[in-house]
Amino acid sequence: MGLELYLDLLSQPCRAVYIFAKKNGIPFELHTVELLKGQHLSDAFAQVNPLKKVPALKDGNFTLTESVAILLYLTRKYKVPDHWYPQDLQACARVDEYLAWQHTTLRRNCLRALWHKTMFPVFLGESVSPEMLAATLAELDVTLKILEDKFLQNKAYLSGSHISLADLVAITELMHPVGAGCQVFEGRPKLAAWRQRVEAAVGEDLFQEAHKVILKAKDFPPADPTIKQKLMPGVLAMIR
Amino acid sequence: MGLELFLDLISQPSRAVYIFAKKNGIPFELRTVELLKGQHLSKEFFPVNSLQRVPTLKDGDFVLSESVAILIYLSCKYQTADHWYPSDLQARMRIHEYLGWHADCIYGTFGVSLWAQVLAPLIGVQVPEEKVKCNRTNVDKALQYLEDKFLGHKAFLTSQQVTLADLMALEELMQLVAVGYHLFEERPRLAAWRERVEAFLGIDLCQEAHGPILNVVEQAANKTLPEPSPEIHLIMLNRLFRIP
Repeated sequence: MGLELYLDLLSQPCRAVYIFAKKNGIPFELHTVELLKGQHLSDAFAQVNPLKKVPALKDGNFTLTESVAILLYLTRKYKVPDHWYPQDLQACARVDEYLAWQHTTLRRNCLRALWHKTMFPVFLGESVSPEMLAATLAELDVTLKILEDKFLQNKAYLSGSHISLADLVAITELMHPVGAGCQVFEGRPKLAAWRQRVEAAVGEDLFQEAHKVILKAKDFPPADPTIKQKLMPGVLAMIR
Repeated sequence: MGLELFLDLISQPSRAVYIFAKKNGIPFELRTVELLKGQHLSKEFFPVNSLQRVPTLKDGDFVLSESVAILIYLSCKYQTADHWYPSDLQARMRIHEYLGWHADCIYGTFGVSLWAQVLAPLIGVQVPEEKVKCNRTNVDKALQYLEDKFLGHKAFLTSQQVTLADLMALEELMQLVAVGYHLFEERPRLAAWRERVEAFLGIDLCQEAHGPILNVVEQAANKTLPEPSPEIHLIMLNRLFRIP
């Protein structure tokens, strides 16, 4: 059995893994795990990932979870172009630095923005207090400023003059608040130009394909009560 | 100028970097940046790291933040023993898998008791009891997972030898030890793991690196901790606000 990827393109790290594999022509079998139907909570999927999270990778007997680990595994196993995760020590460290930073900052902020602004009211039918929403969006704003001023600066890409895993992980995160209707790139010309470059480097068609689901988040039909009950504990733990 | 490390041993990622450099005999100039005094926000530190975070590494003109990035950089540059960050692809990815989970479930969660008991009172704030309780539940869940799924019946978290994952985990756990949480009492496998990691690192190095955090409660009681500077007040309030 070859490479298998367990993904749902609603999830931002899944989009990063999906785009990376497709862009680099890595052959894989796609197993869609529909989060909004609670498929990640099934016993069958717990065999793959006891944490019940996507993305997950299976390569023969080797199972791997966590998006950064999966992306790094693919870069090394399939010998993709060097710019994604450079061999050069300092260039590589720049990518590692961004990947570590985003995990506890941008990841949290983008996830919360999507859920507080859209998924709670639209999908779960739960109201979010205006104060909570305002605090979430304010926190996102602070992080976006750091992303633009400290990481992007005046470079073409986050970690240098070529696209790397850092850019892919960042853009797929930012599309979460975009899906929720946040004007992430407005008033941030450098970040907006960077987005254009990343989209072009990835390829418009692939980028659109990977983001089709999230860009329709505002039109999701409400969850039925059984599903809502099933998903609620996980959702609350995820955005706590 | 050789390698410089900007650290505060009260910070868990700083301790991981410090121990790693010391244990591997990597020569460095220690630059202590006292977080409680707000030295990371100072004009002197800003040109070094505009992200205003520790740990920070400076190697000539090259400046790097984030403990994981620093540890990987050091392990590659100084070609430390392979077990820390193995060249075998699958073994290496087990470390990244752990670090991903660690960032979600341990980092930011295991320090809450320290904030509630020691740091918040320094600025006259009390963390609500229900938040402390909720945190304790999350800590216990994470410890269980750490022991059952990561450690399992292996000697160390991701393999039979010590790796960067063990170091990052141990330093987070020390925050709980420091505030008197007897987390190892009902977790014999985790307790044995801690002993193995500390024995490997060496008791002297552990005592040296853990001294400041293990004395933090006593220091708070004796009022010998630095008074938080006005600039750091706001940052501390912000951190406290984010405790779920």
